[in-house]
Amino acid sequence: MSTPTDPAVADSPKTASAGAFPDGSGVSGEPLLSVRGLKVHFPIRKGVLLQRVIGHVRAVDGVDLDVGRGMTYGLVGESGCGKSTLGKAVLRLVEPTAGTVRFNGADVGGQSPESMRRLRRHMQMIFQDPLASLNPRQSVESVLSEPLRTHGFAGNRSRRVRELLDLVGLPAGAAARYPHEFSGGQRQRVGIARAIALNPELIIADEPVSALDVSIQAQIVNLLEDLQDQLGLTYVVVAHDLAVVRHVSDVIGVMYLGALVEEAPSDELYAQPLHPYTIALMSAIPIPDPEVEERRRRILLTGDLPSPVDVPPGCRFHTRCPFRQPTRCAEESPDLREMRPGRKVACHWAEEIAAGTIRAAASAHDPTATEVGTPSS
Amino acid sequence: MTRESLLDVEDLSVVFRQRGRADVRAVDGVSFSVSPGETIGLVGESGCGKSVTSLAIMGLLPKRGVRVEGRITFDGTELPALPADKLRLLRGRDLAIVFQDPMTSLNPVVPIGTQVTEVLTRHRGLGNGEAREEAADLLRRVGIPDPSRRLREYPHQLSGGMRQRALIATALACRPRLLIADEPTTALDVTIQAQILELLKTLVAESGTALILITHDLGVVAGMCDTVHVMYAGRIVERAPRHELFADPRHPYTGGLLASVPRLDQPRGARLEPIEGSPRDTIPWTSGCAFAPRCPNRIEECTPVAPDLLGDRHGLRCVNPLRSDRPETKAVPR
Repeated sequence: MSTPTDPAVADSPKTASAGAFPDGSGVSGEPLLSVRGLKVHFPIRKGVLLQRVIGHVRAVDGVDLDVGRGMTYGLVGESGCGKSTLGKAVLRLVEPTAGTVRFNGADVGGQSPESMRRLRRHMQMIFQDPLASLNPRQSVESVLSEPLRTHGFAGNRSRRVRELLDLVGLPAGAAARYPHEFSGGQRQRVGIARAIALNPELIIADEPVSALDVSIQAQIVNLLEDLQDQLGLTYVVVAHDLAVVRHVSDVIGVMYLGALVEEAPSDELYAQPLHPYTIALMSAIPIPDPEVEERRRRILLTGDLPSPVDVPPGCRFHTRCPFRQPTRCAEESPDLREMRPGRKVACHWAEEIAAGTIRAAASAHDPTATEVGTPSS
Repeated sequence: MTRESLLDVEDLSVVFRQRGRADVRAVDGVSFSVSPGETIGLVGESGCGKSVTSLAIMGLLPKRGVRVEGRITFDGTELPALPADKLRLLRGRDLAIVFQDPMTSLNPVVPIGTQVTEVLTRHRGLGNGEAREEAADLLRRVGIPDPSRRLREYPHQLSGGMRQRALIATALACRPRLLIADEPTTALDVTIQAQILELLKTLVAESGTALILITHDLGVVAGMCDTVHVMYAGRIVERAPRHELFADPRHPYTGGLLASVPRLDQPRGARLEPIEGSPRDTIPWTSGCAFAPRCPNRIEECTPVAPDLLGDRHGLRCVNPLRSDRPETKAVPR
């Protein structure tokens, strides 16, 4: 395997603390990425001339997270929960409304446009739909050498392009071809090659496999894992598919309506989900095994995701929560608190739920009455 | 299966013809049947012909440039032979289909209510008032809160999950005897998916509807279908009762699909085993097994003659299948 030597990273902010965390614990040492109180609110305007702001879409509503060097942080949640916006806000592709993002100790929000541009080389993005994120009129050679040119790569560009193609498992002949000539999986490989072209430290992958066929997804997942081992990359993987996220991540954050409701090491999250939303989400994911499917208890949520324009008061999940209690839930907003080392949860009743003293609403927990999602009265 | 089957598809082929290009055989000799109260699954990746199969059954393929061969028998009637007006009477009443994307299947400029009641007034001859009441009831049954308000709204005012439920309500309006659900939950979030699948299960159990579930998601199939048909490049490559298929997949493609998806209930760390290449890397069935270029079990006999689908209970189209893990249970017929 070629280990690329890259003069472009000579002025990298990678300092003395560049040692990767092989255990992925991310608690010791300074995290590569550190997000505090991040909010992204989009104003809703009304009127033609005097555009009054009549409300805000609270896409991301106060998120704290740390990502250690060399580890993978998985961000899951359903559509509209703000996970993609969070990913973009970290790279300042959307401007945060409040909060700070520190990358390698540098405050991303306080950078001038020029220094931001230099910083961006170390933080790259992989998008969901490779056909939409590649210019159809640009050959692969041109796609891959553009970042090299823009950031003043000193070496031989076309040799670097070959090297990148080799790293992502494409033949050297691919350089002369155009995006439409590739299959979906190959196109995603091109997108990945572009993201690693400048030897970044952090890659944010927004739904990297969900547009691909099932048999191809595994190829891309394996490629991402190999590249992480070879290049010491740090990933933030944003996806809705919890099975995929769990497979690749060291730590998983579960988002609901703009906020993290639970954060846990990947194995522990499956072994014991603590937040009611995580419990329901996990039980809803089909498992390709009829024996398991028949034994499982499904906790069906009723209703739809509330609008992020008016987030419910109190706990943001209380309107759909099968474990809702008459006190606290509707009035008091729970903080994301550390319940046990490494386990953070935003629920007033997490201890009681974990101990089994609070149960899900009777009908939802009874396997014979699984049609709670379809009130028939 | 001793029950009388409701729909029989025999040797169905769909050929798309385009001037100046070779014919494309999207579906190539597919046979299956469904009985009342039974759910079968058609599984495969994009381009395997599963959706074209469903359009052929419903008679929704364009007439020009498409050749449909084989027999489709619904309750004793040959569907392709029916004149258009007779077929239109069946469609919506006895046969219904739910598509993947509810936004493109609902008319954006017509209120939901009108779209649901249309079926009722046309096929069940209900008056406007009655149809309205019935429609509200249908929406309530599929789990849409405040149905009378929703009936006045337009598709864009509903969330994706609600739109899909409205579409299912329309499909269920005449209590169809056969429902085809073509990726009914692919565009939806998992918690909404769970609600919709539960709804479909209840429907099959309560009203004895025959359900054809078309999906790429093996997890959905595992919880829903009695019999599973795995399709590749227009042909069924493996067919088995659900438990048998998942416990003992014999076709390398089925085995490959199962090994390539991470499972939530299995310890992580194990590497996924992808299938080589992509669905583009096929050879035509006329020159051998279409899966051969990607197959880990490939042998010389795979080309140039394509294997037949053999076996009654557990059908298999492969000359060098995966070894059975459970020979003892296979020998004893259940």
